[in-house]
Amino acid sequence: MTALLSAGLGLKPAHYDDAVGCAAEGLWFEVHPENYMVAGGPRLRWLDAVRAAHPVSLHGVSLSLAGDQAPDAGHLRRLAELVRRVEPALVSEHLAWSSFGGVHFPDLLPFPRSTEALRRIADNIERTQSALGRRIAIENPSHYLRIDTHTWDEIDFLAELVRRTGCGLLLDVNNVHVSSRNLGFDAANWLDRFPGDAVMEVHLAGHSSDPALGDSLLIDSHDAPVAAEVWALYRRLVERIGARPTLIERDGNVPAFTELLCERDIAAAELQRVAAMAEAFA
Amino acid sequence: MSLGSFQAAFAAALFTADPPTGIAAQPAFAVYRNTVMKGCIDALAANFPSVERVVGGDWFRAAAAVHVAADAPRDASLLSYGQGFPDFLTRFEPALALPYLPDVARLDRCWTEVHMAPDAAPVDASWLAALGHESLGALRLAPHPAARWHWFADAPIFSIWQRNRTGDGLAQDLVWQGEGALLSRPGDAVQGFAATRADCAFLDACAAGEPLGAAATAALAVEPDVDLAGLIAGLLRAGALTHIHDEPEAP
Repeated sequence: MTALLSAGLGLKPAHYDDAVGCAAEGLWFEVHPENYMVAGGPRLRWLDAVRAAHPVSLHGVSLSLAGDQAPDAGHLRRLAELVRRVEPALVSEHLAWSSFGGVHFPDLLPFPRSTEALRRIADNIERTQSALGRRIAIENPSHYLRIDTHTWDEIDFLAELVRRTGCGLLLDVNNVHVSSRNLGFDAANWLDRFPGDAVMEVHLAGHSSDPALGDSLLIDSHDAPVAAEVWALYRRLVERIGARPTLIERDGNVPAFTELLCERDIAAAELQRVAAMAEAFA
Repeated sequence: MSLGSFQAAFAAALFTADPPTGIAAQPAFAVYRNTVMKGCIDALAANFPSVERVVGGDWFRAAAAVHVAADAPRDASLLSYGQGFPDFLTRFEPALALPYLPDVARLDRCWTEVHMAPDAAPVDASWLAALGHESLGALRLAPHPAARWHWFADAPIFSIWQRNRTGDGLAQDLVWQGEGALLSRPGDAVQGFAATRADCAFLDACAAGEPLGAAATAALAVEPDVDLAGLIAGLLRAGALTHIHDEPEAP
């Protein structure tokens, strides 16, 4: 099914009607399942209407897979219900945590990449895949902090999770760019090392400079168009690994639907170009 | 450092006012602190728009930050965050000058609950009209799962809430008297209706499992000259009643 997905858009409530009515080829939409974990009412109807017109991906932000506890059973059950209802093309989550001691922190929080964390996270991914009855994709988050207790490289860590659990990866190219600037590594080299076969989806988004620290700290703010450097990294990536379902995320300063669709069309054209190249060399 | 102890220290540093140590001492830690706080405050602003309009954005965000630090989200879905916010406003000293504010917050909370409540078929007016008088009095109906009602004896809470929720009629004079509200989901969109004491007494009785005859008696007890047929017709139009033995529709 994912083979049919071209470039998609994060679904914003203001765009429900546009989304349902849009006939762009290969278009799909991504939502946060947390926004549809309700017993009934109009939210589910809106989602059903979008799903009736397009493939939908469920992109979780709060399963807290990188926390030192198993995923919350109630949350996992609600996610499984939504998966049955929506029959999503893709399901994904983050390599991050957001719950501790019963408190939920609405962010994607970092952790030291240790072998202990690897075992715990692999177990959490397996529990999730088993509860959902399907493979999920794990996303690389943006990094802001230097953590001196990492014992694993991030790519090795993700590749090992793939090896142990059979999960896929969601590669967020903007997160790589933001992290590379904040932590001081070469984003292109990093992407060249990324295990392409495991990539089920690619994310693109805009970022901004920290209001206090300026360009020395980039924020994964999703409130601007995709930056030129990120487009360049994206082209380099898909030329190497081939076409993958690609999503444009936009959460702040949300423009008109047609404007987002134009940005999405850039990615769709890129995917078409890469697919044509692959065919020519096949 | 184990994963759990890293998380414990990180989580504690997110909401504390103490001087940062360890990883929290890096300037970039503020990104997480700000994102977490902004996410919680934005969720409260989304769930309490009437309160925000009454007090203004700056006041609201300052009050919300105090509430977040004391009562952080426990659920990963922030759609329902803020259950404790109306009661918080009754204790929050800067809000004491606005004694109606907690009740406005209660109706915002009702809106959220109604929006997310389970689906169920409302009672059909023509079906009810076909019943004989006797069987009508013995019939038990339940409030629809997406119905919330409240009688406010001291202030025109429904008018204040609705005007601030919709932005309509804000300039009109308020008649300072008690008002009730019924929020429900007829036709799948949340709507607010003015409710009388009799409406609220009737729904209270239905919620307690009383048959319609006893609910009518309860309504008459608070409003002796109430038009019962009109009252029931109004509740049916609002989709506020459902059958007790109906299974809820599959989500």
